[in-house]
Amino acid sequence: MNWITSTLGSSIGKKLLMAITGFSFCGFLAAHLAGNLTIYGGKDAFNGYAEHLHALGPLLTVAELVLLSFFLVHVITGLILYLQNLKARPVRYAVNKTAGGRTFGSATMPYTGALLLAFIVFHLLNFSFVDKTNTTIFNIVSSAFSSPVYVVIYILAMVVAAVHVSHGFWSTFQTVGANHPKYMPLIQTVGIAFAVVVGIGFGFLPIYIFLLA
Amino acid sequence: MTKTINLTLKVWRQNGPKNKGRFDTYHAENISTDMSFLEMLDVVNDQLTIDGKEPIAFDHDCREGICGQCGCVVNGRPHGAEKGTTLCQLHMRHFDNGDTIAIEPFRAMAFNVIKDLAVDRSALDKIIQAGGYVSVNTGGAQDANAILVPQEVADLAMDAAQCIGCGACVASCPNASAMLFTSAKVSQLALLPQGKPEAAKRAINMVRTMDELGFGNCSNERECEAECPKEISITNIARLNREYFKAGFFS
Repeated sequence: MNWITSTLGSSIGKKLLMAITGFSFCGFLAAHLAGNLTIYGGKDAFNGYAEHLHALGPLLTVAELVLLSFFLVHVITGLILYLQNLKARPVRYAVNKTAGGRTFGSATMPYTGALLLAFIVFHLLNFSFVDKTNTTIFNIVSSAFSSPVYVVIYILAMVVAAVHVSHGFWSTFQTVGANHPKYMPLIQTVGIAFAVVVGIGFGFLPIYIFLLA
Repeated sequence: MTKTINLTLKVWRQNGPKNKGRFDTYHAENISTDMSFLEMLDVVNDQLTIDGKEPIAFDHDCREGICGQCGCVVNGRPHGAEKGTTLCQLHMRHFDNGDTIAIEPFRAMAFNVIKDLAVDRSALDKIIQAGGYVSVNTGGAQDANAILVPQEVADLAMDAAQCIGCGACVASCPNASAMLFTSAKVSQLALLPQGKPEAAKRAINMVRTMDELGFGNCSNERECEAECPKEISITNIARLNREYFKAGFFS
């Protein structure tokens, strides 16, 4: 077992952990978005989706546990990397200038990550850990998004998510070693497109529900 | 006729590795725009010597961009803002009369300031010692063309071998990571048949040493690739990752 910890514990190993868990979250986002789009089908379609999801029973619990463990790995590894990287340059430069390598997304990864962590806790408290007897998920969602404050918080959070994903997506491929001059431009374009889809796809839902109410 | 410019320099001065540093301001007058950045520093140092002051210590050797010895952070950019050049290849014609230039040493926990702008980069040597070699048994030399290497592979290995070990990748990395350096040194050997027998051991030992020396973790910021005077590509980092996973999981 020692070879696993020494491989995953190295700088490249931690990168791999971030990449695999992060890319899984991209998959989760895609599935979550696909489910949420049933809102456009109306109240019954959305409640029906939620029912079908919960009908999965133990399968759903397993999926949630996998998500939770990936989440913990991503957050804890990210925190370790952040602290180690701070330590790696004890004396900072007086003048900082980019050579054009880093993007807004890459430069803000730890901060967008921290914001997303706060948002996920907030989001779960809103819609997951609530009393769902005598009400439907649609009612909970529409009453939450009748408040402009909630709408604004959710839209901002989705912009943050899009920025985080804009660096994370292509970065996964680079980390696992899949950087080929033939495919990298396509991977980067798909990454940006996915970030935009996440931002607009999720971000427009609160507006839609707000206008509906 | 030669054009000359006057500059204000804000230079990092530090008496020794353990001393606290500070920025001192100097005026560089009548600097020919045909000079290199290091020649400009020579002129400033001449004046400092005449004035009985301590000249600015800075690293330099070949002054033609191939030794990897020179390098400072000029206005926030290692080797200055020109692409694909070392500090000795940076000419003063890229500056305007009256410019203020901030000059700092390469900064990382794994690099120590020896004095002023001179930096101890022997941490990079330690990474090389951990695996940047091939072991060759003694015996009769074999025919030069006995081992076939496709031209594209030889080209990729040569691209990686262009690394002069100056440390600009570490200096420019927001995380002070030495991944571009290590990946170039691993790649130039891993790509060629002679490097294959020790590939797994090399990848693991060089990465382990890199981590132990206190370099940061790569987070794919791509500043290194943009700043490298030899324009080493981060595809080498992807190759190092592959080599490392192959070695870690399958050897």
